[in-house]
Amino acid sequence: MKALALAFRPASSGDRTQQGVLVLILLAVILVVACLISLGVGPTGVGLRDLWAYATGNAASLSAQERVILEAVRLPRTALGLLVGAGLAVSGAMMQGLFRNPLADPGIVGVTSGAGSAAVAAIVLGNTVLAPVAMLLGNQFLPLMAFFGGLFNTWMLYLIATRDGRTSTTTLILSGIAIGALSAAIMGLMIVMADDRQLRDITFWSLGSLGGATFGRVLSILPFIAIVLAIMPFVARGLDALILGDAAAFHMGIPVQRLKTIVIVAVAAACGSTVAVAGSIGFVGIVVPHLLRLAMGPSHRFLLPGSALGGGALLLIADSVARTVAAPAELPIGVITALFGAPVFLFLLIGKKGVSMRDMP
Amino acid sequence: MISGEHITVARSGRKLLDNVGIDLRPGRFTVIIGPNGAGKSTLMKVVSGEMKPDTGFISYYGTSIGLCQPAELARRRAVLPQATQLAFPFTALEIARMGAVAQGALNPTEQARQALAKVGLRGFESRPYPSLSGGEQQRVQFARALAQVPQPIADGIPRALFLDEPTASLDLGHQISVLEIARDFASAGGIVLAILHDLNLAAEFADQLVVLNHGKIVAEGACAETVNDEIIASVYGIAGAVGRLPAEHIPYVLPQSRHR
Repeated sequence: MKALALAFRPASSGDRTQQGVLVLILLAVILVVACLISLGVGPTGVGLRDLWAYATGNAASLSAQERVILEAVRLPRTALGLLVGAGLAVSGAMMQGLFRNPLADPGIVGVTSGAGSAAVAAIVLGNTVLAPVAMLLGNQFLPLMAFFGGLFNTWMLYLIATRDGRTSTTTLILSGIAIGALSAAIMGLMIVMADDRQLRDITFWSLGSLGGATFGRVLSILPFIAIVLAIMPFVARGLDALILGDAAAFHMGIPVQRLKTIVIVAVAAACGSTVAVAGSIGFVGIVVPHLLRLAMGPSHRFLLPGSALGGGALLLIADSVARTVAAPAELPIGVITALFGAPVFLFLLIGKKGVSMRDMP
Repeated sequence: MISGEHITVARSGRKLLDNVGIDLRPGRFTVIIGPNGAGKSTLMKVVSGEMKPDTGFISYYGTSIGLCQPAELARRRAVLPQATQLAFPFTALEIARMGAVAQGALNPTEQARQALAKVGLRGFESRPYPSLSGGEQQRVQFARALAQVPQPIADGIPRALFLDEPTASLDLGHQISVLEIARDFASAGGIVLAILHDLNLAAEFADQLVVLNHGKIVAEGACAETVNDEIIASVYGIAGAVGRLPAEHIPYVLPQSRHR
């Protein structure tokens, strides 16, 4: 990625359209490779050659067990990784544009912790206070709780930080931190109340994992991610203009408050639904857009689709590592993304390759 | 014609604008002057649609501003704000192109290039905005505004250029250049409204001067009627300053247009 950034300095024309298209094509290729890796590696012996045989309709060469591994384990897991990675990276990119801050992230303004505390509450209270709700919703109980938790925090944040129809960036970030702390407190309370089995669930879940992926889970987050991806072309110009400030965006014909509402709901949907199915996986939403800005510039026309492709690819690769590095045991994917993401993030911060908080308007 | 009547804006019990009326006619360069806190920027925000007045009425060619969609307003007027800082490294060309895209240009990149050339920034297209000097950033923003209203008249309707302290952080030569571009825009049939602090520049370029003080218009008209000792003394608290030369041993340079 670093070499990529050097290779793609802005052309002397100052127009980075071609560069953006080129990087998108490259990312699409990387994503296809990442999908193949995710489908083809794992503790069992199903490899790329078996995958090829399966794909070319030569499935007879695979044992029944190998077919089950491909169809019921790796395929849903890859699809889930794709959607979760895309959702995390796009929600990060949108939030950074909305707040005009390259370090803003759903994790920072408390959307993730809102979804997280609701999910933990679901785990702990699922067979006592919330048992009737859990019975009613069945398998969808945890995902829906997490989604509404994220939505609730985003909505609270919006009410608190919006005055006279305007959202102040500073107030939004500060109240986001406070709301995140409140969610963390609720989570702590739940953890105290939890028994040993629930604690293990919570720990595994809080580190994030694509384990236990089913097509049911894939289908449960597909509508959320699909909607977020579909609105990307309609918010890209507005987010670009918003970088110049609320007033300048309005002067350039952007309905600023409507844009902000749409983006906030989209971020809550993408973030809440991914937290629901995969736990809190950190750093994808901040590292992917950061690296892409170095490679293609900050314009959301290319940054948003690039984040979708790059986020999917990064998560699939991280998941492949998580499955194989300590096989047959499996590392939580959040550990891998943090191990990779935190140093990259710190490096960006210290090296000022991007833009630091100091340069904020 | 863009006009405002009976505009009043109050914030925290203080009247920023008190029953102000303003008429912006095509072909005219209108300049607002006045001391700090007089309400100049507030008036511009109200007229550009950015701020809703508590009372009063703004109309663009007879249509109330409240009925205009942001995209519609964007095709009729462009605004140059005071200093803008960015946290993301857009290039100068990308910034200027945003203005061209806002008015629906068919070839926004080419439009942006022309606008940059017009403000003397040919060759600066690929420079990241945060790496430019304050004056260069200001001119990139001016290019963005020009790219948004490339012709002073579109579909028979004059367009407007609103400039909030366009000469701030510019050197003498560029101050003149920016105001000359604005004057050309007005003389080609467009509407120009600018806030200026330099009274010499205001007197040189304005067809119509509006003197604001404490949220009220205290004088209005051609510069000969408005820049006089009585008004300058009452508004700025400096008596007998109009037309007085500095002491003989102090050299002075007045900003003056090159076109005369």
